[in-house]
Amino acid sequence: MSTPYTLNQYPLWKYLLISLVMLWGLIFALPNLFGEDPAVQISGARANIVVDSAFQNRVAALLDAEKLPIKRLELQEGRLLVRFADPETQLKAADILKDQLGRDYIVALNLASAAPGFMRALGLNPMYLGLDLRGGVHFLMQVDMDATIKQIEDSYVDEVRAQLRSEKVLYTSVGRVATGGVQVEFKDAAERDKAAPALRKNLSGLQQSQPGPLSLKLTLGEREIKEKRDFALQQNITTLRNRVNELGVAEPIIQQQGSDRIVVQLPGVQDTARAKEILGATATLEFRLADEENDWNQAATSGHVPLNSRLYKDRNGRPVLLQKRVMLTGDAIVDASSGLDPQNGGATVYVTLDGKGAKRFEDATKDNIGKRMGVVFIENKTETKRVNGDLKKTAFTVEEVINVATIRDRLSRRFQITGLESTREARDLALLLRAGALVSPIEIIEERTVGPSAGKENIAQGFRAAFISFLVIGAFMVLRYKRFGMIANAALAANVVLIIAALSTLQATLSLPGIAGIVLTMGMAVDANVLIYERIREELRNGTTPQAAIHAGFDRAFDTILDSNITTLIAAIMLFGFGSGPIKGFAVTLSIGILTSMFTAVTGSRALVNLIYGGRKLTTLSV
Amino acid sequence: MWRFDFYNTHIDFLRWSKLAMGWSIAVLLIAVGSLLFRGMNLGLDFTGGTVIEVQYPNPADPTQIRATLAKAGFGDAQAQHFGTARDVLIRIPPRAQTNAATLSNDVLHTLQGVEGGANVTLVRAEFVGPQVGQELVEQGGLAALGALLGILVYVMFRFEWRLAIGTVAATVHDVIFTVGWFSLFQIEFDLTVLAAVLAVIGYSVNDTVVVLDRIRENFRKRRKGTAIEIMNLSINETLSRTTMTSFVTLLSVIVMYFFGGTVMRGFSIAMIVGIVVGTYSSIYVASATALYLGISREDLLPRAKETADERP
Repeated sequence: MSTPYTLNQYPLWKYLLISLVMLWGLIFALPNLFGEDPAVQISGARANIVVDSAFQNRVAALLDAEKLPIKRLELQEGRLLVRFADPETQLKAADILKDQLGRDYIVALNLASAAPGFMRALGLNPMYLGLDLRGGVHFLMQVDMDATIKQIEDSYVDEVRAQLRSEKVLYTSVGRVATGGVQVEFKDAAERDKAAPALRKNLSGLQQSQPGPLSLKLTLGEREIKEKRDFALQQNITTLRNRVNELGVAEPIIQQQGSDRIVVQLPGVQDTARAKEILGATATLEFRLADEENDWNQAATSGHVPLNSRLYKDRNGRPVLLQKRVMLTGDAIVDASSGLDPQNGGATVYVTLDGKGAKRFEDATKDNIGKRMGVVFIENKTETKRVNGDLKKTAFTVEEVINVATIRDRLSRRFQITGLESTREARDLALLLRAGALVSPIEIIEERTVGPSAGKENIAQGFRAAFISFLVIGAFMVLRYKRFGMIANAALAANVVLIIAALSTLQATLSLPGIAGIVLTMGMAVDANVLIYERIREELRNGTTPQAAIHAGFDRAFDTILDSNITTLIAAIMLFGFGSGPIKGFAVTLSIGILTSMFTAVTGSRALVNLIYGGRKLTTLSV
Repeated sequence: MWRFDFYNTHIDFLRWSKLAMGWSIAVLLIAVGSLLFRGMNLGLDFTGGTVIEVQYPNPADPTQIRATLAKAGFGDAQAQHFGTARDVLIRIPPRAQTNAATLSNDVLHTLQGVEGGANVTLVRAEFVGPQVGQELVEQGGLAALGALLGILVYVMFRFEWRLAIGTVAATVHDVIFTVGWFSLFQIEFDLTVLAAVLAVIGYSVNDTVVVLDRIRENFRKRRKGTAIEIMNLSINETLSRTTMTSFVTLLSVIVMYFFGGTVMRGFSIAMIVGIVVGTYSSIYVASATALYLGISREDLLPRAKETADERP
């Protein structure tokens, strides 16, 4: 047997490693101490609106005129952050800025970390609080994919009919089958055999089968369906993103979940009625010929609009005069994407129309080559307002010309819009075209709103529970295990610091159940120390010397600690996989807490014990 | 003062194992019976529907609120105090109509529209569509099964199949007991409670592992004694730590019950019940099950040692 004196000593590198880990924990947990400033975040509503130092001066002057004290102004990545000392000033300032800056800028309320700038520059951030802790609204939306596929098949019915007509094939009927697919009935087998290769050539996305002697069934292939679903989802995400900008939210989250769902999280938004109205607005497009005979500016200034025309404004507020007759509406658009023109390298948008739309557009454009054409983006919105105590829902539309271009050729199924200033503009136009295209129905299937005061209360209660729990556990440990109990408490404090540091580094969402996870792991972290100390006591009772008892206690309890922690970890991982929002937060903090507690309660407290007791001759132990 | 130690105890735990088994089976029957006949008071997360929590500046009367809502066309709405007399929780069962998502706004507007309602504020509003609720029920069940299976495999790998089955039996026992408790007292079972049940699954094994570790150690260390004697000895030796660890965790959960706010109350109840019953089950259910399955010293000896022992 080795001498008991050398039993409980760690090599220097172990102490250094533990110190390093603790130093890391302290540094990364530090930003959480500074709290948050009420702030207003301003960014440009469009690509051509720049937020620069000149704009910063303008904002400062605006607020100065109203005698609203600013704590600090920060210009970062094309947005301006204005910090205030208190929420009242923040709200007043936001109202004034919204009024004065108009539609060119998005003014959003924000809670900005008050940690010094150098910390943020080093990538040190406070924990990311979930909506249940900071208030806000969470929507889960579902895109109706069955309806989407049905819409697409309906459009194929026209397409097939047009193809058969142009191939001069005699058919008796073309229609969508309730179970999915488009079915064509023919007069005789010869006609069918004539149709099959033609359709295969021109509609390559469709798979053919022959359910009857005189019929041909066309179904969307798996790849095709997947593409269409992705498109429908992306289209809705794009639309939602545009709308959320309008709401003025500082850190919105709009994310795909699964294959047909979208999560929308709007921190700080309280007026959920307005949020739903804005998110639920529908958009359409209209292609109209430009009025080339009259002066647009004159019409705008005189207010005298020619009989066959309508006056619009483009995105920069300039007047545009378009003919009343509509050439094509947005529901004919199947796809729109931005890219570079292979001929001249300029930014361009490719638009694909469905069969019926292509036919109409061909007729409408063939006689107007050389003339200009405008694209109008129309949003149908509703607004609920309180009039004399009663709620009134009013519907209104917002119309805007998003593009004016010259028709160079007869436009059909696939055409392109060129002459765009930048790839950014092309991308924006493609997004808007898609947003105004045939929309897949979308429905809110889950909503969770937490009021701002409730969020604050949740944080307060959560932290109070954690704090009291720490005190109660600490007191118990000291009473029962004396000086060893204090060591366990030091390890427990270290554990909490490490959990906070890990959450801050990962920027994982901290929810109220997440705080419960921290409280629970506090209890479980001490469990490890209890196991070790009980083992030490047992060894002492069996007559082992103090140094050997410490050694045996830590050594033998380790297996048990490992086993019990791994089983809890298994449960936590299952919970994470099951994960819906706040519950995922619980799984995350529980897992992190288990891992850090293994380090602090075993390695960390061992280091302290070794430092205090190692290498000494002991007759009694305070355990 | 803190001398509730259980050192040098010589309680013949397993003598009572038949009684304990009988008790466990009786309690589980009650739990299952309650689940079958009373069912669960499932929360919004699982049933779907709308819940709105509002706060009044002064104490509010739920009956009056219910009447106001009924007049506005929400005849199916329930209202009750939540936490304080100023907080009111309104529940509306799932509806088939398509604009269910705007329900919470309509309710709030209705309450703000009547006299004395101008300063009603929204604390939280939740709407869960029926398809989401159904999914959560399925996924929650799957997660619980997955956790049990994962733990079974791990304990089997670390110990021995009889002990593994004993562990899982103890864990299943704890889960049924906890869920049964929620059914019997009709406490609302929501997502956070489900999370707590999964945490109970993980935690319940903790205590069991402490006992099992010692059983294995003692089987290997001691040459004499029947299986029952060694198990009794192991339970007695570990009694102090199984109770202490449970007690410490229990402390933190009880604090959470009293100070964590109304939202975390269900979670805390599930953890409290789970931890208490988990301590009992690791003493009785786990070891007794292994015993009934016929565990013996040979089952726990390392293979290599076993063959070496056979050659004198």
